Parts: sequence; structure tokens; C-alpha cells
Amino acid sequence: MSKQENILTRAFYAAVEWIDARFPLTRMWNEHLAQYYAPKNFNFWYFFGSLALLVLVLQIVTGIFLTMNYKPSAEDAFASVEFIMRDVNWGWLIRYMHSTGASAFFIVVYLHMFRGMMYGSYKHPRELLWVLGMMIYMVLMSEAFLGYLLPWGQMSFWGAQVIISLFGALPFGIGEPLAEWIRGDFTVSDATLNRFFAYHVIAVPLALLGLVAAHILALHEVGSNNPDGIEIKKNKDENGIPLDGIPFHPYYTVKDIVGSVVFLMIFFAVVFYAPEMGGWFLEYNNFIPANPLQTPEHIAPLWYFTPFYSILRAFTYPFFGVDAKLWGVLAMGLSQLLFFFLPWLDRSPIRSIRYRGPRFKFALYAFVVSFLVLGYLGVKPPNDTDLVFFNNTVWAQVFTTVYFAFFLLMPFYTKWDKDENRPVPERVTG
Amino acid sequence: MMKKLSMGFLLLVLPQFALAAGSAEFLVKTPHIHETDLAAIQRGARVFVNYCLSCHSAEYMRYKRISDDLGISEEIMKKNLMFNTDKIHEGMTASINKDDAERWFGVTPPDLSVTSRSRGREWLYNYLMTFYRDDSRAIGVNNATFKGAAMPHVLSELQGWQEPVFETRKTLDGKDEQVIVGLKLVEPGKLTEKQYGQTVRDLVTFMVYMGEPAELKRHEIGFWVLAFLFVLLMLSYALKREYWKDIH
Repeated sequence: MSKQENILTRAFYAAVEWIDARFPLTRMWNEHLAQYYAPKNFNFWYFFGSLALLVLVLQIVTGIFLTMNYKPSAEDAFASVEFIMRDVNWGWLIRYMHSTGASAFFIVVYLHMFRGMMYGSYKHPRELLWVLGMMIYMVLMSEAFLGYLLPWGQMSFWGAQVIISLFGALPFGIGEPLAEWIRGDFTVSDATLNRFFAYHVIAVPLALLGLVAAHILALHEVGSNNPDGIEIKKNKDENGIPLDGIPFHPYYTVKDIVGSVVFLMIFFAVVFYAPEMGGWFLEYNNFIPANPLQTPEHIAPLWYFTPFYSILRAFTYPFFGVDAKLWGVLAMGLSQLLFFFLPWLDRSPIRSIRYRGPRFKFALYAFVVSFLVLGYLGVKPPNDTDLVFFNNTVWAQVFTTVYFAFFLLMPFYTKWDKDENRPVPERVTG
Repeated sequence: MMKKLSMGFLLLVLPQFALAAGSAEFLVKTPHIHETDLAAIQRGARVFVNYCLSCHSAEYMRYKRISDDLGISEEIMKKNLMFNTDKIHEGMTASINKDDAERWFGVTPPDLSVTSRSRGREWLYNYLMTFYRDDSRAIGVNNATFKGAAMPHVLSELQGWQEPVFETRKTLDGKDEQVIVGLKLVEPGKLTEKQYGQTVRDLVTFMVYMGEPAELKRHEIGFWVLAFLFVLLMLSYALKREYWKDIH
């Protein structure tokens, strides 16, 4: 037994040596895992990076199996999805994993972004890391939007119709031709479905994978931030290893496995027991085949877009004689663009919320509340009153103001906090 | 940690309860629909093929699937449930010709395969319970859940006929308005009111099954998947603790 093990071990090392002479296998393993030193004080919020990677893999694998039976044509798309749900072995499971995975992706990514905002992970020297992450988020939104057309239900069709028509609001005669160019037709049609399918399964995933690789490379170049917002590379031992760092593998691999299993339990609880999630993950109206002749009473995008949809609809007045719709489109674009500038809007010398003054804390909480409320309002008809006192549009306007104030006033309140910031410790705390 | 996580989840789920709605002035209380009640599904299937399938199709629902899921032999299927085809692998097509249907009703009766998923079980139950006599319409019937529905009351021989109970209410601008607040049976059908309610419940149970046949086994498989993950959680947590013992 031991002799055989010996031979196997030796064969293994010989093989690794053979590869190492031709490909930096051991070097990459060490740089990114075994000798990548991560701060030892990661908390709950640090699970979501690896979870995002897990969901990405789930989406790609389930997506591959879905394309084997899905038919990207206006005539067959809806029926082929039902074919998958009924006649393909385990098709329903694959489809539900993919649809639940889309929402899970955004939940995980939003929490990941919130972590970055809480602990100042976007601040120097991680600006590019943050920008790459934001690019991933943008690409992910387009991926979700493109994919949502594919089941060819009423919400697929009319959601796409509404969003693409936004491009039509652009001025100087470029709007309508641009919208037409995107659709490949005068309305959303078979041609649109075909090209969206191509983007959804090839073009955008390729961009996504490339950006994810760049995001991880950038992370490993600058090193991970941590809940204390301290640079662990400042305190190194005689071998140049950060005193507060531990090798990613095995410590964080085994920890992330626990996080992944917890995530999968929640994920599969939804897949098996509430795949529609009460209409939030799969909209009821999307079980009606697309009908270009019948506009639904109420068109709402899926929940992960609704904060921005609310901002779009909040603009109802033609300021300076410019069409309100155009203001809405510009505001929606800006609401996403502003995220990119966080590293430069934030003037505080301190990263982590733990040691920041009260103004930043208040601003961040106000922002989270505005994001959630805008998200809720985005699924509701604008003229109803679902909150208190005012109708949904008025509330959307209030929280849109809060949303923008968080970014635009950031250079000021982060500075004014300076006397109330708390001292940052030298070494990481628990 | 788990607490925070579950709170976040709650926040996400809570608003869904606001979504259930209907367009009726009153709601008939929907009885509990038991998705895996095979006997109810089978009774519902009979009602469906006898009354609905004349005009509506359910093309994504294959007879073979019903036969497999409910454990009904092919012979019995052919004798009792298959009137429009003798090929068990086919979907449930309507007896009526689509063009004729459009000429007679003004619209093609929609395919019902996934209607339970778009409309919801409460709406379906209410719709089937609230047909009433309305002489102002050409077809002589209206529906309190779906005003101006093009569909005649095909279950009238079972339910009999209802007439509306009106109440006068003030509208927002102070005018009087006649509002239907309920329906009462004026001409009994073959079934008692209670029996009719049960029949409609069976029919809705069948339509819920038809909307997603996989639901029959989804719950059971889910239990084993979660049980497996739970064991994996114990193991992976033990592994993590072992490795992290010496990190302080």
C-alpha cells in the first residue's frame, strides 16, 4: 500500500514538474491561492465575492443545458420553454435553477457591492478593482435584460419594448434609428429575439468572464481590504508575510465552502419550494405568450432593475423645455454611472464604516433605504398609493433625491466628518 | 450571521403579499387547493375534458403525462379522458376549430396549459364561481370576476343560474352607483351549491397541476436535496473549524 502510494505521489510530482517547465501552474496556484495572503478578519460580508463566482458557474452550466432545447424564434420560444418544463428530463430543475440563479446573482452582487461601500473597499489603491467590478455589474444587467426576452412571455416582450424605446428618447435624431438598430425591426420581433439570444449566450458571457478574470487579477495585485479597512501589508514578518494575513488556501477555501453550502440551501429551498417567489423571480404575466397586439395594463421589470426604473419614472416635468422622458433616461443612466466615481467622491481618509463619523453612516443608511424603497415602488403602478400620504410617483421623487444626494454630496459630508472620525487601530481587530 | 441573512430575505419577500388581487367587487373565499391531491386532480381532469376542452386547448399537456402522473392506464385514459385524439402522446387539443371559435365568440378561447400560473388559483376559482345572468349582453351572461368575459357559462347545467345582489354606493364625485356585492342562486342546477364548489375546486386543482406537472415531485425531491446539503454543511463546518483552530 505504502509503496503504491509512493509511486503515485512521485508520479504526481513528476507530472507537476513537467507542466511547470511549460506552464506556470505552481506559480499561479501559489500566487492566487496557497500564498495569497488575505486578512484573517473577514466577516459575513466577505462571502459574497466567492458566491458571485459560484452563481456565475451555475448560470453558465444551466444555461448550456437550456440552449440544448430552447428555440430562439417568436413562433417556438414560449412553447420550447414549456417543452423544457414538461418533456425534457429534469428540464424544470435546470430552468428553475437558471431563473432563480438570475435573481440570486443580483442579490449576491448587491450585497457584495454594499460590503465594498461599507468598508471603503473602493478607496486607494483599489479604485480600478472597483471600476472593473462596476463594469461587471453593468454587463450583468445587460445579460439579465437580454435573457429576460427569451421566454417570450408578455413581460418579456413588453419589458423589452419599454426599455429599448428609452433609447428612442435620445435627441438629435439619433434616438429612433438607434432603437431600431437595436431591435433590428420597427418593433420587438423575431429578429430581436434572435439577436438577443446571440448576445445572451455568446457575446455578453464572454465579456463577463473576461471582466471577472480581470477583477480577480486586480484584487490579487492590490490585496483584499477587510472590515477594519487597514492595509495588512503594512505589518509584515521577517519573511515578508503580512502578520494579519493567512493563506487564502486552505483557510478561506474551507470557509467559503461553508458559505457556499449555506447559500445553496437557501437557493434550493427557493428552487424547489418557491421558484416564482411570489411573482418576484418569475412574473405571473410572463406565463402569457407574447402578444404584440395586447399591451398589458401594468409593465414592470424584474426586481433587480426596479430601483432604476423608479428613477426613470420619477421625472415627470419637462425642465428647461426638455422632454421629461429624456430627463428620466439621463437620470437613470447617471444613477448607475455615479457608482463608478465613488473612489473619487469619497474624500475621507478612512475606509471602514467602523471608524467613520456619523454623517457617512447616516448617508449610507439613507442610501440603502432609498434603494430598497425605489425598488419596491418600481414594481407598482406610478399613480397608486402603496405607501402613506402621497402616491408612488411623489415618493419615487423623494427617494430619487436621496439617492442622488448620497453621491453628489459625498465630497462634502465625508470631509465634514473629519473631527468625528474615530482612530483606526494599527492591527486588525476580531 | 444567519439572523442577518434571514432578515434580508424577509425584507425581500414581504411585499409579495400585496400582489394578490382581483378585479371583483367581492371575493369568493377560495378553499385550500391541495396540489398533490391525485384524486382531486383526476376528478378535475374529467370536468376539464368534458366542459373546457370543447373550446379551449391545453396543448402543452400531454395525455401520456396525465396517465403517468395519476397512474391511469392507457385504456381508461382513452375511454374516459381522450375524446379529441386516440394518440396518448399528443397534447390536449380543443374540439372546436379555431376560426369557428373566433367567429362565434369574437376571440379565440385561450390555451389553458399555464393559465393557472398567470391568473393564479384564487382568480380561477372566483371566475368559475361568479357567472351570473345578464340580459344586457348578447350571450346573456356576465362574470363578476372578469367583467365582459366572452365565455358563456358552460358549467350552468351543474351550478344553475345566479343573479347579482346590488347595493347603492356613492362614488368619489358623489353620484350613486350600483355595485354588485354578491350573487344568489335563483335556479338550481344538477349539483348543490356545496357540490358545485367542490367540483370547481377539483377543476382548479387539475389546472394547477396542468400549469406545472413537475410540482407533484418537486417538493419531495427538494427535501432530499436539502437533507443532503444539511449533512454537507455539518461536514464542511467541521472541516473549517479544524483548519481555523490555530488562527487567533
